[in-house]
Amino acid sequence: MIRYVATRLWQSALTLLLASLVVFIGVRQLPGDPALAMAGEEASPEQVEAIREQLGLNDSLTSQYFTFIGNIMRGDFGESTRTGTAVTELIATTLPVTLWLSAYAIVVAVVVGILFGVIAERFRGRWPEWFANGFALVGLSVPNFWLGILAILYLSVTLGWFPASGYVDVATDPLRGLYYLTLPAVILGTGLAAVIMRQTRASMIETMSTDYVRTARAKGLGRGRVLMRYGLRNSLIVVVTIVGLQLGGLISGAVVTERIFALPGFGKLTLDAVFTRDYPVIQAVVLIITMSYIVINLAVDILYSVVNPKIRVGGAN
Amino acid sequence: MQQVAEPSAGSNDVLLAVENLEVTFGDTPVLHNVSFEVRQGERVAIVGQSGSGKSTTIGAILQLLPGNGYVSNGSIRLGSGGTMVDLADASDAQMRSIRGSRLGLVPQDPMSNLNPSMKVGAQIADALMSNRPPGSERWARAQTKARAVELMTEAGIPDAERRYGQYPHEFSGGMRQRVLIAMSLAGEPELLIADEPTSALDVTVQRQILNHLQNLVDARGTSLLFITHDLGLAADRTDRIIVMSEGRIVEVGTPREILLNPQEDYTRALVAAAPSVAAVLGREPAGGGTSSIAGPEPILVIRDLFKEFKLRGQRGSTVQAVKNVSFSVQRGTTTAVVGESGSGKTTVARIILGLETATSGEALIDGKAITASRGQERRALRRMVQPVFQDPYGSLDPTFSIERLIDEPLRIFKVGDKDDRRRKVADLLNQVGLPHAVAQRRPNELSGGQRQRVAIARALALEPEMLILDEAVSALDVLVQDQILRLLADLQDRLGLTYLFISHDLAVVRQIADTVVVMKAGEVMEAGSVDQVYNRPGSEYTSELLGAIPGAAFAA
Repeated sequence: MIRYVATRLWQSALTLLLASLVVFIGVRQLPGDPALAMAGEEASPEQVEAIREQLGLNDSLTSQYFTFIGNIMRGDFGESTRTGTAVTELIATTLPVTLWLSAYAIVVAVVVGILFGVIAERFRGRWPEWFANGFALVGLSVPNFWLGILAILYLSVTLGWFPASGYVDVATDPLRGLYYLTLPAVILGTGLAAVIMRQTRASMIETMSTDYVRTARAKGLGRGRVLMRYGLRNSLIVVVTIVGLQLGGLISGAVVTERIFALPGFGKLTLDAVFTRDYPVIQAVVLIITMSYIVINLAVDILYSVVNPKIRVGGAN
Repeated sequence: MQQVAEPSAGSNDVLLAVENLEVTFGDTPVLHNVSFEVRQGERVAIVGQSGSGKSTTIGAILQLLPGNGYVSNGSIRLGSGGTMVDLADASDAQMRSIRGSRLGLVPQDPMSNLNPSMKVGAQIADALMSNRPPGSERWARAQTKARAVELMTEAGIPDAERRYGQYPHEFSGGMRQRVLIAMSLAGEPELLIADEPTSALDVTVQRQILNHLQNLVDARGTSLLFITHDLGLAADRTDRIIVMSEGRIVEVGTPREILLNPQEDYTRALVAAAPSVAAVLGREPAGGGTSSIAGPEPILVIRDLFKEFKLRGQRGSTVQAVKNVSFSVQRGTTTAVVGESGSGKTTVARIILGLETATSGEALIDGKAITASRGQERRALRRMVQPVFQDPYGSLDPTFSIERLIDEPLRIFKVGDKDDRRRKVADLLNQVGLPHAVAQRRPNELSGGQRQRVAIARALALEPEMLILDEAVSALDVLVQDQILRLLADLQDRLGLTYLFISHDLAVVRQIADTVVVMKAGEVMEAGSVDQVYNRPGSEYTSELLGAIPGAAFAA
């Protein structure tokens, strides 16, 4: 197991290095000039040139890249060309918002998805299944931003149940913080919940018709126990894999959701940075997103082997 | 559905009384008027082929019928006096308290009946906890575990304490079946229903497990309802045999009555086809058995064959699948390679077919080795030897029509034009006794026996001299098995074919083979004529295998 994780970590480092190269070159292919953006419309060519010099933009690409990598190794992501704030500080203030939002959305999606999936299997051909299927169809086909706007319109403006926008730090005031995040998290989690529901339903239908479920019932176990310990447990193997594949999409979904609810998160930081050609911020943001993909996938693989004893490396001995 | 009159005298000790049972799926009744009794401590067998309704009967008893099946008529009374329940009428809650504690089930396939993501100990503990007598206090964890380990030990699982915490995939088929037995006995049921409990296992393992099951059942005074397709097995293990066919009971009697003096035509056919019974009753084999075309030149020579497999994950360590195997096969005869799983018999077959390369030694067809040959010669050798595999469901591509399946080898070897091939397919279908209309159907529209005929037709398409039949009849019901064996014997007579017949079933081998090679753990234990090996076995292992043939008790 340790060897497996070590190999995966080594592969992850390589992936990150490759990603850094891609983003470094990619950013510089964007039309527009950060020096020009910084200097403003009325700056003289000399002033722009001075800024270029100061940012190191006149060095060769190779040397710029090595400086960039070297700085990252030392934990220095540079400063925002727009505001002059340290990139690490920008990330430190915005990342928690997105992490809280995503984590909340995942919890919502997993709970709702699995619950509806189990209900759909348990009440096949009756109204609870139709309801769950309808939910999945809507969740998958209606775009987040539209659902978000509808939610704000009815749940916040008309009914006044939830705040329409704004953010309270979850760490300092957990209750209020989660309350403010509820609507965005539900909207962000809807798509994932729909995928999980469909997957759970399909794999529950399969699992509940296996021989070992029949044998469990022949042992005299009640329906609930059979459903949870024999049905759901084995269905989750498939669900975990699918969820893992979908998690990456959650981050891109967060960018949109944050914009709708005006959350000061990572998504907002990314968008602002792209619009102002803020090279250091874009590079840092992309690297961190890459890293989160890698970490999520690693976590899913490890979780998968926990759920499925057959692929547990080293077995039980 | 209330029955007033008690059916017979001495009914006090009737444990299970099924009366006029009718089970319907959708609107098609599949069980008709099934009535039988199981008395306290009695062992009763239900014998029938797939589709005879034997599994539906136990599904009805346990109220675990699949899909849209339901009991549409009749009663299933369990127990007598105050504890009597009509299972056909029982509520869900009632059934839950009956399953496990009054009715135990040992299911058929040990591979698919254990929860793969749960430790076996926990699965037995589950059964223990759900069958606590009502009102008794909750068992402590340690107590439950101790009882589960005890049950596992009783069921013959060594080192049960350690194995309690293992997952099903860490157990062999035989050991899993023991786990299932331990599980079924956890609630101390009054009636144990064993649904083909050993048909997925090797003969010697089968015997051990059945002996064990019988001891456990006898010691507890539990009644046994034993479901099987094997008449010999039923005769060995039970007091009474119920023969079922097409959802009806055909005949009921003691093993002696059924085997030696069957009253109904269907039972007679079943007795005649049962290889294990035929083997012990010493009747004439089904096929020709001895062919006269045997020539002096062997068609296949295996010389000093070795095959090593590398073990995954453990560098340098290997397993010897085949060790120093030598034998030869005379043209026009049938040679059987017999052994249990892991004996290396299939590896030998794969080497002969050129699907596997030998580590050392040679397998020569007509003096030439497939693996050493190239180009034209290799193609010619491939044509000479054709395989027929065990699983008639898995070995035919479900998206191909039957015509295309049989046609395929002809197309690969570019034999004739389109019309020629069509005629050839028609001719082949005729040879294996299938109607011509089958050509345009797909495999899933055919029965297991029909599919195996298609597989044989496909193997014959290139006019080979030799067929390698790898457990080719093992997945079939006895009557169908008998038909296929006759077909094979007939084809051998007409076409002068040579067969290498790979099987774990000594009873079947006796019916078809001229020469027998007995293998164990990669080595040849014994080789000789059928007569010699069966009547004067030269190795202890052979004697053990022969003793394990069910029905042997009736040899006397």
